[in-house]
Amino acid sequence: MKLITAIIKPFKLEEVRSALTELGIQGMTVSEVKGYGRQKGHTEIYRGAEYAVSFLPKVKIEVVVASQDTDKAIEAISRTARTGQIGDGKIFVSAIEHTVRIRTGETDDSAL
Amino acid sequence: MSFGLSRRASFAFAPAAVLLASSVPAIAAAPVPNKGDTAWMLISSALVLLMTIPGLALFYGGLVRTKNMLSVLMQVFAIVCLVSLIWVIYGYSLTFTTGGSFNAFIGGVDKVFLRGVNAESVAATFSNGVVIPEYAYIAFQMTFACITPALIVGAFAERMKFSALLLFVTLWVTLVYFPIAHMVWYWAGPDALADAAKKVAAATGDAKKQAEAALELVQGDAGYIFQWGAIDFAGGTVVHINAGIAGLVGALILGKRVGYGRESMAPHSLAMTMIGASLLWVGWFGFNAGSNLEANGTAALAMINSFVATAAAAMAWMFAEWSAKGKPSLLGLVSGAIAGLVAVTPASGFAGPMGSLVLGLVAGVACFLACTSIKNAFRYDDSLDVFGVHCIGGIIGAIATGILVNPKLGGTGILDYVAKPGEAVVGEFVLATQVIAQCKAVALTLAWSGIVSAVLYKLIDIVVGLRPVEEKEREGLDVTEHGERAYNY
Repeated sequence: MKLITAIIKPFKLEEVRSALTELGIQGMTVSEVKGYGRQKGHTEIYRGAEYAVSFLPKVKIEVVVASQDTDKAIEAISRTARTGQIGDGKIFVSAIEHTVRIRTGETDDSAL
Repeated sequence: MSFGLSRRASFAFAPAAVLLASSVPAIAAAPVPNKGDTAWMLISSALVLLMTIPGLALFYGGLVRTKNMLSVLMQVFAIVCLVSLIWVIYGYSLTFTTGGSFNAFIGGVDKVFLRGVNAESVAATFSNGVVIPEYAYIAFQMTFACITPALIVGAFAERMKFSALLLFVTLWVTLVYFPIAHMVWYWAGPDALADAAKKVAAATGDAKKQAEAALELVQGDAGYIFQWGAIDFAGGTVVHINAGIAGLVGALILGKRVGYGRESMAPHSLAMTMIGASLLWVGWFGFNAGSNLEANGTAALAMINSFVATAAAAMAWMFAEWSAKGKPSLLGLVSGAIAGLVAVTPASGFAGPMGSLVLGLVAGVACFLACTSIKNAFRYDDSLDVFGVHCIGGIIGAIATGILVNPKLGGTGILDYVAKPGEAVVGEFVLATQVIAQCKAVALTLAWSGIVSAVLYKLIDIVVGLRPVEEKEREGLDVTEHGERAYNY
């Protein structure tokens, strides 16, 4: 099992979700986050006060998939979240040791 | 039912008037309030309250950070309640009664607890033979006394203890607002002047000298600044310069907010600021047009001026910011509107609409520069730009009033109640004399409010302390001072 963590542009969330659903991947966790990579922030001006805003709003998707589905999921996310502009985000993949479905007690792949 | 009551009341009054008229035929029956004027003054009083709550409270509240939202709303609302009580207990008396040997600076105690005032008492207006119920005048002026200290809180928003604020406001209205309002606005009224002038015209010989001396006494029964001939229609000096300089002094004495210049202090809700600014504009019609005290053409002039100057200043600020900073901002637009309202306040019943348009353009650009360049150059933390908008806008308006009142520039001229007793005529206008009088009024207000406010801040700092400890300021005044949060998600 792999945990795929993707940081994407907020308006791309719906496209990414439907692409993953089409692959048969069920469920994901989404958080609104702020951060920066190579994309520059912007300046906000309130009367005389100027603030450099370097942390930009992004959406973080966390989805755990069976190992054999990992490449398909990564491909779907990168295809749908891409605009070609700086700030499209990143995908991180890490290994998951164990999974339990709380309601039934099923474990690992059958719990996904 | 109420109709029957009012008819009975008028019948009861009629014989007295007839008696008065028949026994002393030379003296006209005492004027009674006009129902239209009365209705307008009651509505205006409510409109000025609307300016403060929720108008000013939301305008300011939107500009602070989430953690201090309630503290601002609380301060503004509490000031309205506190000053209303002070006003009826002694404020009205100290402002609008004659003060004996101190009359130039402060009124007396004849009407403390509104003693002697009842539903039949009347107050003078600006026309001979026209009066309004004294309760309407008291209520209208009460709303002015309430909003002025509420304006100050913007200067030290996010960093003053609530207890210190209540103490400061109590002392400030007593030692600054009431005296300045008395100095600018207290006078004997048109009928007192006309009666004294008529006696001068009728008398001959020694009696004439006595009558002239009596007229001088009536003319001298006015505040210090009023006697200079300075004019202030709705409170450029009394309200805006007064509050603006007190705010700047407060911002300097309290010092900068923790983290000022290093942390983001961006407004938490400009949507609320826009709602507040709009309510301020609507309420300001009561403030400016209501200051005419009568529902007539001059009130309509004040109303159109309050439209034109405001729109001009909002556009001026927006374009100034657009060219200087690259983007036209909503905050800039609404700040410009407030600057225009402030500047037109003293001029609203004196200038013509085109004079107000120019005044608005000047005020919009000048206040933009004050809130950006000047503030950044001197690096004082006037949190919500009370000085930059109210004091600078007020000074521009107060001085410009002396220019724009000129009938040649479309102004109304200044009324003379003595030249033709009984009818107000436009008096002679000398530009230099008028502008000098306006400048003196500005200077005295700046000095009085600036110095007395400084003493009060220092005094309160010693007695109860002005600022919360740094840790509490960081956590936000909502939780640490009031035990609640503005937003619970």
